Amino acid sequence: MKFLDEYRNGELAQQFAREIHRITTKPWNIMEICGGQTHAIVKFGIDELLPKKITLIHGPGCPVCVTPLEMIDKALEIAARPEVIFTSFGDMLRVPGSTTDLLSVKAGGGDVRIVYSPLDAVKFAEQNPAKEIVFFGVGFETTAPATALAIYQAAQKKLRNFSMLISHVLVPPAMEALLSSPNCRVQGFLAAGHVCAVMGYEEYFSIAKKYRVPIVVTGFEPLDILQGVLMTVQQLESGRAEVENQYSRAVRREGNQPAQDLIKKVFQVVPRKWRGVGEIPQSGLGLGDEYAAFDAEKKFGVADHHVEESADCQSGLVLQGQIKPHECPAFGEKCTPEHPLGATMVSSEGACAAYYRYRRMPDLIGAK
Amino acid sequence: MSAQKPIEFSGACPIPISQYPQVLMAHGGGGRLMHQLIGKMFLAAFHNPLLDTQHDAAVAELTGKKIAFTTDSYVVRPMFFPGGDIGSMAVHGTVNDLAMAGARPLYLSSAFIIEEGLPMETLWKIVCSMRDAAKKCGVQIITGDTKVVDKGKGDGVFINTAGIGVIEHEQKIAPQNVRAGDAILVSGDVGRHGMAIMAVREGLEFESKIESDSAPVHEAVLKLLKAGIEIHCLRDLTRGGLTSALNEIAEAANRILLVEEKLIPVREDVHAACEILGLDPFQVACEGRFAAFVAAKDSKHALEILRADSSGTGACVIGKVTEERSADVFLKSAIGARRILDMASGEQLPRIC
Amino acid sequence: MCLAIPGKIVSVSGNDPLERMGKIDFGGILKEASLAYVPDARVGDYVIVHVGFALSKVDKAEAKKVFEYLKRMGELGELEERRT
Repeated sequence: MKFLDEYRNGELAQQFAREIHRITTKPWNIMEICGGQTHAIVKFGIDELLPKKITLIHGPGCPVCVTPLEMIDKALEIAARPEVIFTSFGDMLRVPGSTTDLLSVKAGGGDVRIVYSPLDAVKFAEQNPAKEIVFFGVGFETTAPATALAIYQAAQKKLRNFSMLISHVLVPPAMEALLSSPNCRVQGFLAAGHVCAVMGYEEYFSIAKKYRVPIVVTGFEPLDILQGVLMTVQQLESGRAEVENQYSRAVRREGNQPAQDLIKKVFQVVPRKWRGVGEIPQSGLGLGDEYAAFDAEKKFGVADHHVEESADCQSGLVLQGQIKPHECPAFGEKCTPEHPLGATMVSSEGACAAYYRYRRMPDLIGAK
Repeated sequence: MSAQKPIEFSGACPIPISQYPQVLMAHGGGGRLMHQLIGKMFLAAFHNPLLDTQHDAAVAELTGKKIAFTTDSYVVRPMFFPGGDIGSMAVHGTVNDLAMAGARPLYLSSAFIIEEGLPMETLWKIVCSMRDAAKKCGVQIITGDTKVVDKGKGDGVFINTAGIGVIEHEQKIAPQNVRAGDAILVSGDVGRHGMAIMAVREGLEFESKIESDSAPVHEAVLKLLKAGIEIHCLRDLTRGGLTSALNEIAEAANRILLVEEKLIPVREDVHAACEILGLDPFQVACEGRFAAFVAAKDSKHALEILRADSSGTGACVIGKVTEERSADVFLKSAIGARRILDMASGEQLPRIC
Repeated sequence: MCLAIPGKIVSVSGNDPLERMGKIDFGGILKEASLAYVPDARVGDYVIVHVGFALSKVDKAEAKKVFEYLKRMGELGELEERRT
């Protein structure tokens, strides 16, 4: 596949790795805030190529696993209704709510369907006028243009049987929340490439300046991530704290204007609770008043549950780089991938889940 | 590539039971309608002397060697997919299980659980497909069963096939016999069947068709045995794909297996489809593929033999069994780093992040 | 975030900019995607597609820069070696 496979070249990856080894003189903590990047790091074993002085901290980059418990419980309640066809991206199906998950609701007779795109859900609504079609709109800014256009089209088609449960989250507020925590050890960021393809990277200049952290917009293939790490380390070693763009083949500074326009038209910024982190102000997107008719929360009157996060879960500390997953008392005991307590164990790429998989190889993850 | 063409339903092969367009509860009732269904469909299609005795059990003579016995049930949806259907799968799958023990497949049983309302035409297509697959494999379907369940309780048709084969060699083929230094081979590119099914699944469909790799592999195995290849273990790659098979063997043999990503063949369209949906091709189901653990000294010869057979043209050596005692599978990634190749916990789901 | 894949536009349909759709070729697999957000993308262009939407056109010149950087790095490395 062009513009993909060539960025997985082993020899060139080793070349980047050698350069990173050559220039690294001090220990550095670098965070990537994107599930896709975490996935690539784990899948290709990228951190194995890096010098031990560099610690990659996996940030809360998986919108699926930071979806708050309350939202999942609302999804489960709606999905169980007989008149509803509940559509969702595949990765949401196994995420546990307070008591169960969408897969179990499906097993219990709920009509839960995986779709590739929110446009598929709109198609279902047109094809099934007697049913209520609900789409679970999770994701970062990358996915918001897709859900925005789906709602816009549903409104154009005057569909009455379509609505969305919106739980979009925004990256820059999460970065600020992490960086403003007193014990935060993150010194540099790889910014999520596809989020920036949509939003541009204007917002990161003030963050880099305020917290004195280099931020490098980075892609998703091994060469991208290694170059992003290299550029971050170059900045750290020379005391710079700037915003740079490694993923320039897909990201422009101003981002995607038509996408941003439609997001502004359909959504409004709202406070959002992040599972395992807590509420971050102005960190979510919800439906604006013009499209309130498509808001599944209002349509189905799902009560605002208040759900307590597990007291044992320390994913917040993991995300800030304060502890490593195996240093959490619940790790591997009360909390495992089969019964996760927090966001970082829910996703298979979450920091805790990744550590769990490697628990029999402590030297590979520096856990000794 | 041994793709099975979908059955072309032509006027030359009319459905034998024309007055009932759909299967009814009565067709499972034990009475005249059921006998008509069995006679005009199953007996007519699978026709052979052992089956035609129509006795409660088929009686066959086997040579005095060891026999291999296996069973599997087939519930695939959709029932018809590019490269095959539930019928051909039901024959190939059980034939292949026998082949994994190094047996020559001989006889199959076939039990049908049919949902009331299934179009007779659909059932006939499946039966014809089984007939053709059995003929190609050189096996006979000699006994069977028919049940019909209420509408809504069956999802079309479920098929169970059990199979008997004979062992004509002295090798002990089992995970426990895997030894340090063994070469690990795969018989061809991986991930095709699962992606063929995904690609036609509502909500995920692609415009291009990916063909399933559903095919029999027993001829390739028998050739390996005939050539005297020292085979320690065989495992067909079905649900859970390559990763599941390797992990199962690693656990049973208590050996670390080391495989290399660059050596594992994946077709470009399967690779692309997996990238789009965020799936790992090494965890995606195959149907006409197997992994072989052979003595290192025989690996080159084994590869030649496999590649000369139609079901093994894409065979490759993908790794080896290490000295280390632990139930793990390691992968050397495309960029040269090592990672654990873990089994998927459940069904792999398409992801967005 | 996250999973978005590059593909080549092989055909375009739709008049309204927000309803513009394209058939995208991803290494041999064809799938339809919305081109609403890449109004200047044409047949033959590569786009990055996430959940059925093209989010960005691939800049072919920029795409080479990773490899040009590596090449320069390699040349610099050789120079260093020859000097020492």
